[in-house]
Amino acid sequence: MNPRMLSTPTACPDCDLLQRVPPLPPAGMARCARCGCTLARQPADPRDLPLALAMAAGVVFVIANTTPLMELSVVGRTASTTILGGAYEMWLQGEQLTGVLVGFCAVLAPAGYLLFMLTLLIAARRSPVPWWIGEMLRWAHHLRLWSMLEVMLLGILVALIKIAELATVDAGIGMFAVGALLLLFPAIVVNFDTRDIWERVEWADSDTATPEPPATRATQSMP
Amino acid sequence: MSTATLTAAQAGLVACESCGLLSRPADAAMPGYCRRCGEALEFRRHRSIETTWALVIAAAICYIPANALPVLTTTTFGSPEDDTILGGVIFLYASGSWPLALIVLIASVMIPLGKLAALAYLLISVQRGSVKSNHERTRLYRTVEFIGRWSMLDVFVATFTVALVQLQPLMSVAPGTGVLFFAAVVVLTMLAAESFDPRRIWDSASAQRARHD
Repeated sequence: MNPRMLSTPTACPDCDLLQRVPPLPPAGMARCARCGCTLARQPADPRDLPLALAMAAGVVFVIANTTPLMELSVVGRTASTTILGGAYEMWLQGEQLTGVLVGFCAVLAPAGYLLFMLTLLIAARRSPVPWWIGEMLRWAHHLRLWSMLEVMLLGILVALIKIAELATVDAGIGMFAVGALLLLFPAIVVNFDTRDIWERVEWADSDTATPEPPATRATQSMP
Repeated sequence: MSTATLTAAQAGLVACESCGLLSRPADAAMPGYCRRCGEALEFRRHRSIETTWALVIAAAICYIPANALPVLTTTTFGSPEDDTILGGVIFLYASGSWPLALIVLIASVMIPLGKLAALAYLLISVQRGSVKSNHERTRLYRTVEFIGRWSMLDVFVATFTVALVQLQPLMSVAPGTGVLFFAAVVVLTMLAAESFDPRRIWDSASAQRARHD
């Protein structure tokens, strides 16, 4: 475990206020004294729980993308689609860019996020953490911003309700899998300890680094 | 000497946007690279105001065709019918599903407009050096960041309606060009929110406080 004896000087990412983050108890959280931005979170089980959740999410993700989202039938004709099938149909119908964007936000970004997180979580189990973890963290963060599974699920529901007036609709396994992902993704985020990884990472040690030692006496802020 | 509220920038420290490490650059004009993660350091996001304005204006321009052009074309027994976003809302309301109409109205009309207005307000307030309502403006920024993705709702609705309703000649749905412009609005406003540096909201107030010390 990582004994965090000293409090860490930090600048709030939202308002740049200098303050110290004290060692946090498990399930504790530190907020900026001025603007309330979450500065740090100490998950209760930062080593095993996020990895377990990420693995579960990986399995569920494969299910969500390979099984049909719903089955539709009207006057004897049936139709069903997967997530990628929807994006592909947009491509076939001439809206290629939109199809690509849907594919990205609904499949590629969450898949990439899960892949990066799994790699991160497995590689971070050893100390020191390899230097490329930083790059992965950045990618994971950006991909999470662009994963829109919850918006997609609501969109599917709206589309289904519109269609249900003229056809019978049955929710497929894929739909429930997406619903499960909606719970798993935020759970991974909340239980993931970014600070711990940064504190154990190998430093980049580039020649163009600033010559002065970093983070000296940051000014204490009144809580 | 008040040390109660001191920003990192005022103390000559720069926080790495990637790993959070505080560094004291030897040359403030060229902070160099973070020693821990190798990411380029900058006191404030580079050209944040100009980039955000450019993206907001581009998104506003795209908003017009997004609403004017049809997003879906429904063909029933050979006769096509175009549907714009607003047309879709009215149709949902008229056919009795007013909760859906409300959801689509909020997600596809009010949220994008709200984001554009909010970003423009934030940009103008920062450029004018406003020192008031810092907490409220920060909350506004966070709301914009959080809510942005929900405008993609209509793109997904269109995608899955098209994917499912391919039952020629009974009924088939094809996407219209409006979808792409609409997706563009969402993407551009999301990028705009990412490029805006919320720390600038507090810079004017911190500078003022430093002057009075």
